[in-house]
Amino acid sequence: MKLNLKIWRQSDASASGKLVDYKVDINPEMSFLEMLDVLNEELARKGEDPVAFDHDCREGICGACSLYINGRPHGPMQTTTCQLHMRHFKDGETIIIEPWRAAAFPLLKDLVVDRSAFDRINHAGGFVSVNTGSAPDANEILIPKTESDEAFNSAACIGCGACVAACKNASAMLFVSAKISHLALLPQGQPERERRAENMVAQMDAEGFGACTNTGACSIECPKGISMSNIALMNRDFIFASLTSKPELKVSEGA
Amino acid sequence: MNWLVNALTSTIGRKVLMALSGLFLILFLVVHLVGNLQLLKSDGGIAFNTYAKFMGHNPLIQTVSILNFVFILTHIFVSLFLTLRNSKARPHGYAYVNNSSTWSSRNMGILGTIILVFLVVHLVNFWGKMKLTDFGIGSYVEHDTTQDYLDLYTTTKAAFQDWWLVLLYVVSMIALAFHLSHGFQSAFRTIGVNHPKYTPFLKGLGLAFSIIVPAGFAIIPVYMFLQG
Repeated sequence: MKLNLKIWRQSDASASGKLVDYKVDINPEMSFLEMLDVLNEELARKGEDPVAFDHDCREGICGACSLYINGRPHGPMQTTTCQLHMRHFKDGETIIIEPWRAAAFPLLKDLVVDRSAFDRINHAGGFVSVNTGSAPDANEILIPKTESDEAFNSAACIGCGACVAACKNASAMLFVSAKISHLALLPQGQPERERRAENMVAQMDAEGFGACTNTGACSIECPKGISMSNIALMNRDFIFASLTSKPELKVSEGA
Repeated sequence: MNWLVNALTSTIGRKVLMALSGLFLILFLVVHLVGNLQLLKSDGGIAFNTYAKFMGHNPLIQTVSILNFVFILTHIFVSLFLTLRNSKARPHGYAYVNNSSTWSSRNMGILGTIILVFLVVHLVNFWGKMKLTDFGIGSYVEHDTTQDYLDLYTTTKAAFQDWWLVLLYVVSMIALAFHLSHGFQSAFRTIGVNHPKYTPFLKGLGLAFSIIVPAGFAIIPVYMFLQG
């Protein structure tokens, strides 16, 4: 099948970029990234600079691929770009490929953006502290099935940033709420629950993401179908934490 | 109090302010509509004028009305802060966007601005005239000495003989309907109310509210205009 591509090309963060036209002739069974591989091989053969794009596992689980295809993150299907296949496009179609657009995701080159803001948010509280030593017994702490399923659904977030890309405000609330909910729903997440909500939200704000308008575009475009109910849980945790968290006490050394 | 400032100036804190002020204004709409529907009674305005006198002189209602203005201003100013922050969060837009969200959810600011313009016209037309007359600065509203109240019914009836004012009211109520259709359920999610048992009910209630209440308001000027 023949396709017309309009791809955002930008040599580095400070350069000005523009959409550049390309033509490819590919097999409809290829994935979207394989289609770009074909284009890049052709560009390399011609001695031109290949199109830079993020990718890693190509199995839909790592969250590295990040393309804004025809006005939607990860394109027309609810999946990651690597799992999007060319059979979902029409022969002769024009496809516009852009990078994620957000102040908190600075562009590095072409379609590659720096998503380390997500890592810094996770470092601020997206963890549980556990003792080292021998592994605890499995199922030592009982967790209701409904809670564990809900936590698992939240934990399915791969941190690709499609929610930020889809949001008209470039808000990261779906990502942050999935990380907060995943741990807030489990007994292991309780000791740090208040601090987690406060610190992760503070880091999210410091990174310069927008605020949530509840349009729901994030959840619709999320390749893992992360639910908006996570945002309600995050807000609840943040409100309660703001109202009830205590400052750290000075503890005397003792005898 | 530093913690409170930090919480309220965070993105979530600001959204909570939007939600709480919005929910208060939703309650206000109900009270206002119930009173306004007295205009539809064909009793020469006795029911409406009595209601207006009660609302204008009851100390509890007067206190709540001050709160109402405070919440309107909160809703406006916090939304300005949020809109500014949100536009800074994406300095470089997309060449092509294929939206998957509802139109009203993306255009709450435009809808809110229409409502604000309406509010200014509405306040100048009725609330302002009533207050000025009340304070003895001019007599914009006739004083009915037999009943000892300001005849707001006649003022309202006269105002709604202008077709353009009726049109402004109807258009504004349509904007209000779309604003509420998103705002009602969005406010509950923002303050953290979300449960498989109650959220579907709240969504249904929000949809019904966003149709019934603005329609109730819009009927009044249209009815009074047609009545002549």
